[in-house]
Amino acid sequence: MEKRTSAFEYAPAPESRAIVDIAPSYGLFIDGEFTEAADGKVFKTVSPSTEEVLAEVAEAGEADVDRAVKAARKAFEKWSALPGAERAKYLFRIARIIQERSRELAVLETLDNGKPIRETRDADLPLVAAHFFYYAGWADKLDHAGYGADPRPLGVAGQVIPWNFPLLMLAWKIAPALATGNTVVLKPAETTPLSALFFADVCRQAGLPKGVVNIITGDGRAGAALIAHPDVNKVAFTGSTAVGKEIARTVAGTRKKLTLELGGKGANIVFDDAPIDQAVEGIVNGIFFNQGQVCCAGSRLLVQESIHDELLDSLKRRLTTLRLGDPLDKNTDIGAINSAEQLARITALADLGEAEGAERWSPACDLPESGYWFAPTLFTNVTQAHTVARDEIFGPVLSVLTFRTPDEAVAKANNTPYGLSAGIWTEKGSRILAVANKLRAGVVWSNTFNKFDPTSPFGGYKESGFGREGGRHGLEAYLDV
Amino acid sequence: MPTTAPHALSDVTASDGTLRRFLHGLPGVDAVGLEARAASLGTRSIKTTAKAYAIDLAISMVDLTTLEGADTPGKVRALGAKAVRPDPTDRTTPATAAVCVYPDMVATAKEAVAGSTVKVASVATAFPAGRAPIAVKLADVREAVAAGADEIDMVIDRGAFLAGHYLKVYDEITAVKEACGTSARLKVIFETGELSTYDNIRRASWLGMLAGADFIKTSTGKVAVNATPANTLLMLEAVRDFRAQTGVQVGVKPAGGIRTSKDAIKFLVLVNETAGEDWLDNHWFRFGASSLLNDLLMQRQKLATGRYSGPDYVTVD
Repeated sequence: MEKRTSAFEYAPAPESRAIVDIAPSYGLFIDGEFTEAADGKVFKTVSPSTEEVLAEVAEAGEADVDRAVKAARKAFEKWSALPGAERAKYLFRIARIIQERSRELAVLETLDNGKPIRETRDADLPLVAAHFFYYAGWADKLDHAGYGADPRPLGVAGQVIPWNFPLLMLAWKIAPALATGNTVVLKPAETTPLSALFFADVCRQAGLPKGVVNIITGDGRAGAALIAHPDVNKVAFTGSTAVGKEIARTVAGTRKKLTLELGGKGANIVFDDAPIDQAVEGIVNGIFFNQGQVCCAGSRLLVQESIHDELLDSLKRRLTTLRLGDPLDKNTDIGAINSAEQLARITALADLGEAEGAERWSPACDLPESGYWFAPTLFTNVTQAHTVARDEIFGPVLSVLTFRTPDEAVAKANNTPYGLSAGIWTEKGSRILAVANKLRAGVVWSNTFNKFDPTSPFGGYKESGFGREGGRHGLEAYLDV
Repeated sequence: MPTTAPHALSDVTASDGTLRRFLHGLPGVDAVGLEARAASLGTRSIKTTAKAYAIDLAISMVDLTTLEGADTPGKVRALGAKAVRPDPTDRTTPATAAVCVYPDMVATAKEAVAGSTVKVASVATAFPAGRAPIAVKLADVREAVAAGADEIDMVIDRGAFLAGHYLKVYDEITAVKEACGTSARLKVIFETGELSTYDNIRRASWLGMLAGADFIKTSTGKVAVNATPANTLLMLEAVRDFRAQTGVQVGVKPAGGIRTSKDAIKFLVLVNETAGEDWLDNHWFRFGASSLLNDLLMQRQKLATGRYSGPDYVTVD
């Protein structure tokens, strides 16, 4: 047959968005009903890949926050008094509905967030359902969780979540809170409110008692009002370190219990005996998963000097095969950056890296004309003194550093204000154990990266926050122990 | 194509010791990561024009194979006719790459495909077990080449490989390569299912390429585990790395167990995203298969007509 001159071009294979019915406007979900904001304010949520306005969403003010907290307080009495097995029924029901509606929710999440459908479909949604299933299982076994007999719930949980994994972060927050008998007021990020509002509908479908879950949408002011509300007993926040510090100051001196899951600058350490091809995949997954907008991203690559050139060649070749574009296309690896604001931040930090003398590289890559896009980017010749090695960029930007000995690798990996995640790549099992024990990071992956499981606790050291989510440990944050 | 190891690597075959140190110094393979990567490439969605292209490409890469004790000249002639003209109802269908037969059927196959682009491949070297003296294997190869075989598919001595006698395997491959002369290309079959670990498959790939293989091939199709996306991905990485290091390009042939168009397209995605488009033609990539072709033809008819036909609308054998 005649040889085509071009490569094997995959035809576009976009997931249909007809499966999602997005209303033109959404209210706040308070006490089991959708209501307008008291002062009638609204804001728009856009699709980052096209800048198309998806819907108008109510913007909660202080009066709305107060209403939501009151509804949660009222619901708490009955909800916390239910036997664990009863609460479990609701959680199992929610988990099953999420599974049934997972395609719809995956498309919605991709539209609102800009991440590829491949990730929402294959990673986010299965994990969301898994979290509800997992904590449903704990609801009637709290006596056996290791926190004494009959541990008590805290009351009303005020939860503020980020835009990078809107539905997954919601699951991480709501599932353990409900399993332990708390009621919640949750505020999703202002750029990605839709999946939380769809979740409100899932709660109604599951017949969850009114007021147990309340969703208020808005920006940082709504979040601040929620956290400062005197009748909130527990504050859980995932987001930036700067906001986390602000929250810690607000909560200090009150009796509120607090967990923070903040930024990171994870080290991905590749030793010279690593399985190179799989390490390359792990590096790609570590920093380009969700366009690098992951707090536990492996954004600092530490490579043993002896394999630096070989590994970088492989990595660059691999990056040329990444497919950037329409996030609804099933063949897309890299989607859009979540917002214009975030794109500006990434752009500024990458420019600073170049100005400071690091060597910048990106594969040849056409960026779509509308929407917020940033090509996958590598920085080589990076040292600990470069800003791109210190500051969290929260985008598809990888800084490559080298080391000569395991001790140096550990010293460099730990030389950061953060401590959320790290990765180790080596074929030598004893080295994995030795190095993992010395890393000051909440999660250490070996020969893999960015793997999440509801049974495994997740959280940080140092400026990456405190408290653990997931696993048995994740129950503690919602119990009076 | 050089018949000995490329200069840069020639000293690694100086002794059993140097060869072992070289092969064991290759980067390890993490089984979990390898299989995860192969699975994730399997989720690429290939549709419409990409699918039509992939199906024609896959047809052109098929080594249409019959390797049965009961093979007759009639069966081989039928196979040859089908290779030349896979779908008599649609003459735009590309011919397959080759027909693959036992050595005693080479002359018959050669006649059947005369005047076409279809090559004749022959499984010489005491296929499929490979358990025969080297003199017998070489005679097998010479007979097949003399009868007109364009390609020789040889099996390695898995016993010697597993025992760590790498130089013995190397010497056998180089001897067979020599027996192939300049007229036949050599495909080296590892029988990956018997090598049992991914590390061994990577070592065997390099060993085969060092010894002058024109193709490396997963398996005979005669054991329980044949071609898989993971072992083919691993071999594609090996040929890619080998070319980067030596400048010599080697082909890859997964064989056995690839039965559906969907599977075949997944393998093409592996080729495209691992070794690259330089391997996307039948000089560098083949499918060792017999039943795959009919499924490709039915899918091709479906794309052309919008309807599924059925097994009676493609030829048997």
